[in-house]
Amino acid sequence: MTHPSDTGPAPVLALKDISKSFGAVRALKNVSLELFPGQVHALAGENGAGKSTLIKTLAGVHRPDAGQVLLDGEPVVFHGPGDARDAGIAVIYQEPTLFPDLSIAENIFMGRRPRRALGRIDHKATREATAGLMRRLGVELDPDRPARGLSIADQQIVEIAKALSFDARVLIMDEPTAALTGSEVARLFGVVRTLREQGAAVLFISHRLEEIFEICERVTTLRDGARIASEPLQGMGEDDLVRRMVGRDLEALYPKQDVTPGEVALSVRRLTREGVFTDVSFEVRRGEIVGLAGLVGAGRTEVARAVFGVDRWDAGEVEVDGRGLTNGAPSAAMAAGLALVPEDRRAQGLVMDMSIERNIGLTGLRTTVRAGLMDRGAERSRSLDWAVRLQVKYARIADAVSTLSGGNQQKVVLAKWLATGPKVLIVDEPTRGIDVGTKAEVHRLLSQLAADGVAVLMISSDLPEILGMADRVLVMHEGRLTAEIPRSDATEETVMAAATGRVA
Amino acid sequence: MTVTAPNPASAAEASASSGSRLADRVFKMRELAILAVFLVMIAVTQAGNSEFLSQQGVKDLLLNATILVLVATGQSLVVITRNVDLSVGSTLGITAFAAGTYLHGGGNPVVAVVLAVLLGVGFGLLNGLLVSLGQVPALVVTLGTLYIIRGIDSIWVGSRQITAADLPGGFVDFGSGGISAVPYLALIALVVLVGTAYYLKHYGSGRELYALGSSPEAARLAGIPVRRRILAAYTFCGALAGLAGALYLARFGNVDSGTGNGYELTVVSAVVVGGVVFTGGSGSVHGAALGALLLTSVNSVLPALGVSSVWVLAINGILLLLAIAVDRIVALRVASALKKRNARHG
Ligand SMILES: Nc1ncnc2c1ncn2[C@@H]1O[C@H](COP(=O)(O)OP(=O)(O)OP(=O)(O)O)[C@@H](O)[C@H]1O
Ligand SMILES: [Mg+2]
Repeated sequence: MTHPSDTGPAPVLALKDISKSFGAVRALKNVSLELFPGQVHALAGENGAGKSTLIKTLAGVHRPDAGQVLLDGEPVVFHGPGDARDAGIAVIYQEPTLFPDLSIAENIFMGRRPRRALGRIDHKATREATAGLMRRLGVELDPDRPARGLSIADQQIVEIAKALSFDARVLIMDEPTAALTGSEVARLFGVVRTLREQGAAVLFISHRLEEIFEICERVTTLRDGARIASEPLQGMGEDDLVRRMVGRDLEALYPKQDVTPGEVALSVRRLTREGVFTDVSFEVRRGEIVGLAGLVGAGRTEVARAVFGVDRWDAGEVEVDGRGLTNGAPSAAMAAGLALVPEDRRAQGLVMDMSIERNIGLTGLRTTVRAGLMDRGAERSRSLDWAVRLQVKYARIADAVSTLSGGNQQKVVLAKWLATGPKVLIVDEPTRGIDVGTKAEVHRLLSQLAADGVAVLMISSDLPEILGMADRVLVMHEGRLTAEIPRSDATEETVMAAATGRVA
Repeated sequence: MTVTAPNPASAAEASASSGSRLADRVFKMRELAILAVFLVMIAVTQAGNSEFLSQQGVKDLLLNATILVLVATGQSLVVITRNVDLSVGSTLGITAFAAGTYLHGGGNPVVAVVLAVLLGVGFGLLNGLLVSLGQVPALVVTLGTLYIIRGIDSIWVGSRQITAADLPGGFVDFGSGGISAVPYLALIALVVLVGTAYYLKHYGSGRELYALGSSPEAARLAGIPVRRRILAAYTFCGALAGLAGALYLARFGNVDSGTGNGYELTVVSAVVVGGVVFTGGSGSVHGAALGALLLTSVNSVLPALGVSSVWVLAINGILLLLAIAVDRIVALRVASALKKRNARHG
C-alpha cells in the first residue's frame, strides 16, 4: 500500500488494477494510473489498446470488472457520468456527444446552467458565458446556433468549451485535437497550460506524438489492454514512445514513393459554391498525391463534397479523365471512378449497427451481386481481405462496427472506399484518430495506390502528413485557393503563411 | 438589420442576435404557418356563413379544442423525449367515468377533478416505468397499456352510462359556461399550456427533455437522469389526460365504456401537425395547441359550410401529411443555411 503522504503531492484521481472486458474482448487488464494536480499526463497506445475504455472507466460510463477508482486516495464508485462530473471530473469523449437540436450555449451548460430566482435558467448569463469561452478558445461560434450541422472540428471545439466550463479539478481529453489544425491546437494548449498552473490534473490522448511531447510531462503506454510503462517524457524520443506502443521499431512514417505524374485525371475549374468557396481550380494527375491544406473552416471538406456531388456547386465544372461530371450526382461520380472517404465517419461513412463485413461490402454491391442476389461469399472474402490489409482490430468480422475502437472504425471507412478500386481517390482526414503504426500503413497504401496510377487528393489537418506525403500542396484560406506549392518548396512556414492568408 | 454605432461590442451583439433570430424565425415559422392556415379557414367559413363567428360559435370552437389542447400538451412532452403515449384515449375514458361515478354518489366536484388527475398520474407512472425500465419501444408498451386500460374500463363500466342528470348542476354549468365567449374550460387549458411552455423554456429539467430526445446517448454522458425525466414526462401526460377526462365529463356530461376510443390518434396528429417532431428533441407545446385548434376547427367548419362531415378524417390526414412534408423541407433549408454560415467562420 502506498500512502499518499509518502511521495510529494497525492494523486487527485487514480486507477488501481482495473480490468474491464466486453464479452470475450479484454479491453483493460490490471491497469493502474495516477493523475497528479498540476500535471499533464499522456495516454498512448495503438488503436484498440484500451485508451477510451480507460477514460470511460474514470468518467463513470463503464463500471470496472475488477479494481478500484481512487479519488483523493479514497475508493469511490461512480454510478454514472453525473457522479464523476460532480466529483470535478470533466471529460471530452473521442466522439462528439452533442445535442443537435439545442443551441451551442445549451449544449455547453446542459445540466448545470446559471440560475436565476426560483430555479429558472438565466439564458442571458448562459449565452454570455458561452461567448466568453469561445473568446478564450479564439473561435467565432454563435452561442445561439443549433449544434446540428457543425463541422467535426467545430463540434470538437464545443466539446472543449464544455469541458473548460466546469472549472474541473481533473480534465480528461480523448483525442481532442484529431480534427483540429495547428492554430486551434495552439489555442487549446494555451488554455491547458493555464489550467495546469491553476493546479488541474489533465489526461491527454493523441495519436500525434509531437503534441504529446509538447504539452505532457508523463506518459502511460497501453498495449492490448495492459500497461507497458508509466514514465516521465523528459529524455524520451519519439522512437522510444513508438517502440513502447507498437512493441517494435517502425519503418518510415512517410514512405513516399517518387512517381512521374501521368495525364490529368481530375480537373476542377472555377468551382464556386456561393458563400462557401469561390473560384477553386486545380488538377490532379495520375500517380500524384496532392495535399489540400488550410485552417479549419477554410472550405476544404466542402470542395471535396461538391466535387464528389454530395453538395451542388453553383458555378464551374469538374472533369474526370476529360469527361464532365453531373452537378450533385454522387452515383455518376462513383461510376466515373471517383471515391470520397469522408471526414465524419459516424454520420457519413458507416452504418454503425451493421457488421464490419457488410460495411466494407456496401460500396461493392454492384460487383458482388450475381443474378440480382447478393453473393455473400464474395462480399465476405473481399471484406476480410481489406480488413487484414488495414490491420483492423476486431473480434469477429460479423461484429457491429459500433463495437470497434475509434481508430478501427476509421480503418473500416477507408477499406470500404479503397475496395472500389477508384481512379481518383479523395481522402478527407484519412488518418484522423489512427495510431502511428497504422498511419504509416495507410501512407504506404496511399503511396502504393498513387504508384499504381491512382490520382489522390488528400485533405489533412496534420501538417507533417501533408508535407511528408504530397507531391504538391494546395492551400485554402477562407474559401479560396491561395497557394499551390511544389513538394520541394513546401515547408511548415510556407503552408501556414498561405493558410492564414499572410501571402498575397 | 441596422447597427447605428460601429463599436465592436454592439456589432458582435448584433450578429449574435441575428443568429438567434434566424433560429427563432425557423422555429416560429411553423407556428405562424398553422396560425395562418387557421385564420384563413375561419375567414372563408365566416364569409360563407355569417353565423359562424357569433358569440356562441366562437365559444363552441374553443370548447371543442380545449380537451384536445390539454391532452396534446401532455403528449408533446412525451414526444419531445423521443417517445409516445398511445394510452391517453383510454386514460381519458376511464378517468371521466371514475369522476362521474364519484359525483353520482354525491361527491364534491373539486375532489372529483383531483381524483381524475390522480388516476391519470397512476397510469402515467405505469407507462413511464415500463418505458424507462424495460428496453421496449414506447409505441409497443403504450399500445399494450391502451388495451389494458380500455379492458379494465369495459369490465368495470359494462353497459352503464353516466348522463348529465347524474351530475351536480353546478358541475355541468361550469362545463358549458364562460366569460362572454371564453369558456371556463378553455381558461384552464390556457393556464396549463402557458405554465408548461414556461417550464419547458426556463427550467433545467425542461430543457433536459429536449436534450434527451435530441440524443439519448449524449444525455446519458451529460449525466442527465434519463429515466427520471422520461418517467416525469409520462406522469405529466397521464395527469393531463386525467384532467381532460374530468373536463370531458363536465363538458359533455355523457360517459360510457367507449369514451375516448381512438382519441390517441387525434392527439398524435395534433402534436405532429403542430410541429413537434416525432423523432424527438424539437417542437413546442403552443405549436401542439395550435395543431389541436386547427384539427378541431375542421370539425366545425365543414358543417358550417354545408360539407358532409365524412370529409373530416380525410382532411385531417391531408393536414398531417402536409405538416410532415413542410417539416422535411424546412429541415433541409435550415441545414443548407447553417452550412453556409459555417463556412464563413474562420
Ligand atoms: N462497447 C463495446 N463493446 C465491445 N467491445 C468494445 C466496446 N468498446 C470497446 N471495445 C473493444 O475494446 C478494445 C479497446 O477499445 P478502446 O476504444 O478503448 O480503444 P482505444 O485505445 O481508445 O483506440 P483508438 O485509438 O482507436 O481510439 C477494442 O478492442 C474495442 O473493440
Ligand atoms: Mg479511443
